[in-house]
Amino acid sequence: MDILNALVAILNFVIIPATAYGAQLAMGALGVTLIYGILRFSNFAHGDTMAFGTGLVILLTWGLQALGLSLGPLPTALLALPVAIAGTAALVLLTDRVVYRYYRQVKADPIVLVMASVGVMFVMNGLTRLLIGVDEIRFDDGARFLISVSQFKGWTGLDEGLALRSTQAITLVVAALACWALFRFLNRSRAGKAMRAYSDNEDLALLSGIDPERVVRLTWIIATALAVAAGTLYGLDKSFKAFNYFQILLPIFAAAIVGGLGNPVGAIAGGFVIAYSEVAVTYPWKKIAGYLLPDWQPEGLLQLLSTEYKFAVSFVILIVVLLFRPTGLFRGKSV
Amino acid sequence: MSTTRQAESTSLWRAPALLAVLVFLFVLEGTLSNAFFSGSWNSALGILNMGLLSAIMALGVNITWGYAGLFNAGVVGFLALGGLAPVLVATQPVPGAWEAGGPRVLLALAVGLGTLVVATLVAARVPRAWRFWAALLIISVGYVAYRALFDPAVIAIEANNPAKAGNIGGLGLPVLLSWPVGGLLAAGAAWGVGKVALGLRSDYLAIATLGIGEIIVAVMRNEGWLARGVLNFSGIPRPVPYELDLQGDPDFQARVAGWGMDLATASGIWVKLAYAGLFLVIVLLLILLSELALKSPWGRMMRAIRDNEVAAEAMGKDVTRRHLQVFVIGAAVIGIAGAMMVTLDGLLNPSGYNPLRYTFLVWVMVIVGGSGNNWGAVLGAVLIWFLWIKAEVWGPAVMALVTAPMPEGGLRSHLIESAPHMRFLAMGLVLLLVLRFAPRGLIPEK
Amino acid sequence: MSDGAHGFGNRGMRDLSVVNPAGRGTVDGTRSSGRVHPGSAEAPFLAARDMRGGYGKADILNGCTITVDQGQIAVIVGPNGAGKSTAMKAIFGMLDLREGSVQLDGQDISALNPQDRVRRGMGFVPQTSNVFPSLTVQENLEMGAYIRDDDFRQTMDQVYTLFPAVAEKRLQPAGELSGGQRQQVAVGRALMTQPRLLMLDEPTAGVSPIVMDELFDRIIEIARTGISILMVEQNARQALEIADLGYVLVQGANRYTDTGAALLANPEVRRTFLGG
Repeated sequence: MDILNALVAILNFVIIPATAYGAQLAMGALGVTLIYGILRFSNFAHGDTMAFGTGLVILLTWGLQALGLSLGPLPTALLALPVAIAGTAALVLLTDRVVYRYYRQVKADPIVLVMASVGVMFVMNGLTRLLIGVDEIRFDDGARFLISVSQFKGWTGLDEGLALRSTQAITLVVAALACWALFRFLNRSRAGKAMRAYSDNEDLALLSGIDPERVVRLTWIIATALAVAAGTLYGLDKSFKAFNYFQILLPIFAAAIVGGLGNPVGAIAGGFVIAYSEVAVTYPWKKIAGYLLPDWQPEGLLQLLSTEYKFAVSFVILIVVLLFRPTGLFRGKSV
Repeated sequence: MSTTRQAESTSLWRAPALLAVLVFLFVLEGTLSNAFFSGSWNSALGILNMGLLSAIMALGVNITWGYAGLFNAGVVGFLALGGLAPVLVATQPVPGAWEAGGPRVLLALAVGLGTLVVATLVAARVPRAWRFWAALLIISVGYVAYRALFDPAVIAIEANNPAKAGNIGGLGLPVLLSWPVGGLLAAGAAWGVGKVALGLRSDYLAIATLGIGEIIVAVMRNEGWLARGVLNFSGIPRPVPYELDLQGDPDFQARVAGWGMDLATASGIWVKLAYAGLFLVIVLLLILLSELALKSPWGRMMRAIRDNEVAAEAMGKDVTRRHLQVFVIGAAVIGIAGAMMVTLDGLLNPSGYNPLRYTFLVWVMVIVGGSGNNWGAVLGAVLIWFLWIKAEVWGPAVMALVTAPMPEGGLRSHLIESAPHMRFLAMGLVLLLVLRFAPRGLIPEK
Repeated sequence: MSDGAHGFGNRGMRDLSVVNPAGRGTVDGTRSSGRVHPGSAEAPFLAARDMRGGYGKADILNGCTITVDQGQIAVIVGPNGAGKSTAMKAIFGMLDLREGSVQLDGQDISALNPQDRVRRGMGFVPQTSNVFPSLTVQENLEMGAYIRDDDFRQTMDQVYTLFPAVAEKRLQPAGELSGGQRQQVAVGRALMTQPRLLMLDEPTAGVSPIVMDELFDRIIEIARTGISILMVEQNARQALEIADLGYVLVQGANRYTDTGAALLANPEVRRTFLGG
């Protein structure tokens, strides 16, 4: 019985939250890795793109709520998401047209694009602040739990409860759908293969009649859609605060690099590796030790690292992977 | 390269012209009182002082970027770490703190570092397949030992007079001494991260520094025993007189009366001028040193490595080692700026270290000023800092003008209220415009 | 470009966590095409005349003219640095010409970008990086057929018949193939567009003599189907043996132009360019 309780506690406090967080990171990292593969730079504006898109989702959600529209048990934000993706993608395509395109034209070093993305980051950050401010906002509505602690306890008769929040379930469903669609697109469709071809060899793609600008636009749209979806799910799951979206850039970059930059499968794996490590290392294991080893009374919380240091986990995983597998878990472009 | 020669002929007048523009802006700020300028010399000098500190940060970034082409994305961390120095060096000792846990903390830190060293040494000597597991085992054991020593010591220190202190306390030495110490602290951290990141097959310095920057700031926020963490540490001693002391000084009163100025204003200006002088000396000293270094054989080698790494490596230059050197020096300069900033504020506020403000804005300064040009970095820094501060005022003023035809009400007041945020937008646009139309910066590299 | 014009002079290009130097292109893909207008009617199928231009200020091509007729094999030979590859790139629109014109099938296409030249029936196999390494052989061929909206399975079967060795490896990433097989995939990819003019830049560079002979045989087969071939070759003697038309280029200008057999027989050409 105690082993069951321990398992339920691990599931409830580690596995479920880490899986949801990992799915959010993976979607962000997919965008970063696609832009790295196609546009050949790390986009520092990615976090702020997430924030801007999520800000748009929140405004639209408020609008829909004012109109009395909702999705019943699902959060209204899901209804707003497609519109917000379209709006954010339009803004991102505009930045590509007025900022990045010129550097492709003159074949500038990718580092110039990195610096330009810092400029875009400031602009996006400012726009988000103008749009929605810097305060913390909660915008989840609908049913809170798919399974609540009391329900679970009632069903199983265990001491330890398990809750599955609807936002966590939605995150997993949306992320799974997005990844499935993305991989189908990249591996099966003509446009997706053209993207991979362009990433492999720009000049040869040109010689095959592939329009590079179309590939680039498609990449921006996909990366933005993933970023806004990831940002919205993260905001539903936790809360929206513009600065957190800037900070999440580190685990997202780390996930993309750990997986192997430019490799989409790697980005997903990296996202989950980072998320599981982060949650496992910052979780106080005392309760679970109590179930498994009832005689042992440890003094501390058995927490390897306090939650404030969660960014250190991304960093350490990153360094360890790069030390032992310099090209990432899955072979990235950076051979 | 024809563009280089062109730049050489134009850069002769560019620096003085930019300097003149800056002086003009500061004079406007000091004298003109309207919606755009405060008309207060106190405000103008306040901006100048932070501008000079930003210039030192920009110099630090420019050393690593300009001389070696390395991307340091963790400026905020090195700056924050430098800021620890005034607290540890210049504040008065906390009675009982050291006795409570000082030696134990030092021992714990030594055990932690020792573990890393042992793990590295062992990993280098065991067969490849075991390397990871050997290192993991050693680090796990070491970490448990470290926490067993560290946690009780920290609890003891933090329990010591928690309302007023709770930190390990300072050494009570002169605050000016803490500036180089701040540089040393930052240099130490940079050495650690650089040793790892630059030793990889290709350098991953950008992401590594981004990470270490966040971590250092997190440490400063959470390790209350160091400098009270989020509780902030105020009352850091000053190298210049206090305004209140000046106001109470009869000599100063007499002199101010002679100038026909208000006593409070005059004392503020006096203090700020003293800081400005001190900072200016250090800026000039740093420029002198880095220009001398660039012209020395060492600097020539650095440039040779940057221009053609492969050739330099073929000639037997240890590129990684040189890069590590230059990265550590750059971080040290940033650390000095961090210590100076905390001294100027008299306050260490770990929650205030925002990467956007202290990493990426410094990058805007360097790129706008001119990559690789020390004068460019300094003038770019002061200019960008001026714009950054004033944009907060100009945003609402401009917004009020633009929205003047709109009816009074929700939208208009919302726009005016959120207009200070326009400065982020403005900085982004400045960077993008400079990148596009003057990619070599306002004062291009010679 | 790392000459400092559009970068920070080598700065920051070492840090693979922010920049990805792999697979970068050299050709401006954002350029849109200009107008096509009718050229002179009696010109050969491909007529690139009086081309002058290069990268930057110094010209590499100094009035070079290349023509190929339908179903012909034309070979460009010449010493290193003569501008052979540059001439190919110029014909394909990958280089801005200061002077001269390119005419294909009676139309002046000088203002077209490379993508649109592909659509007009030109295929190009570069000397190096001529496959998509992470794509499978089959996907490489599919990318060759990117511009086609019809059913291209038949063409793919033809390519596989032409190169049975790569047919067996159709599901392997092209980057894992041997040099000779990669060359075959590269040619196959270009054939997938069903070009009327196939341009090959040193197709036999770095492959063994046996593979080289085999490649030349395949090239003759391709030409027999009515496709014009223009190629640059290091192995000048063997190439001229199969050439209908040979160009000897020196310093970006035509030195000798004749049939392949005539050039091989020309003692001057033999002595200077064919090593005796």
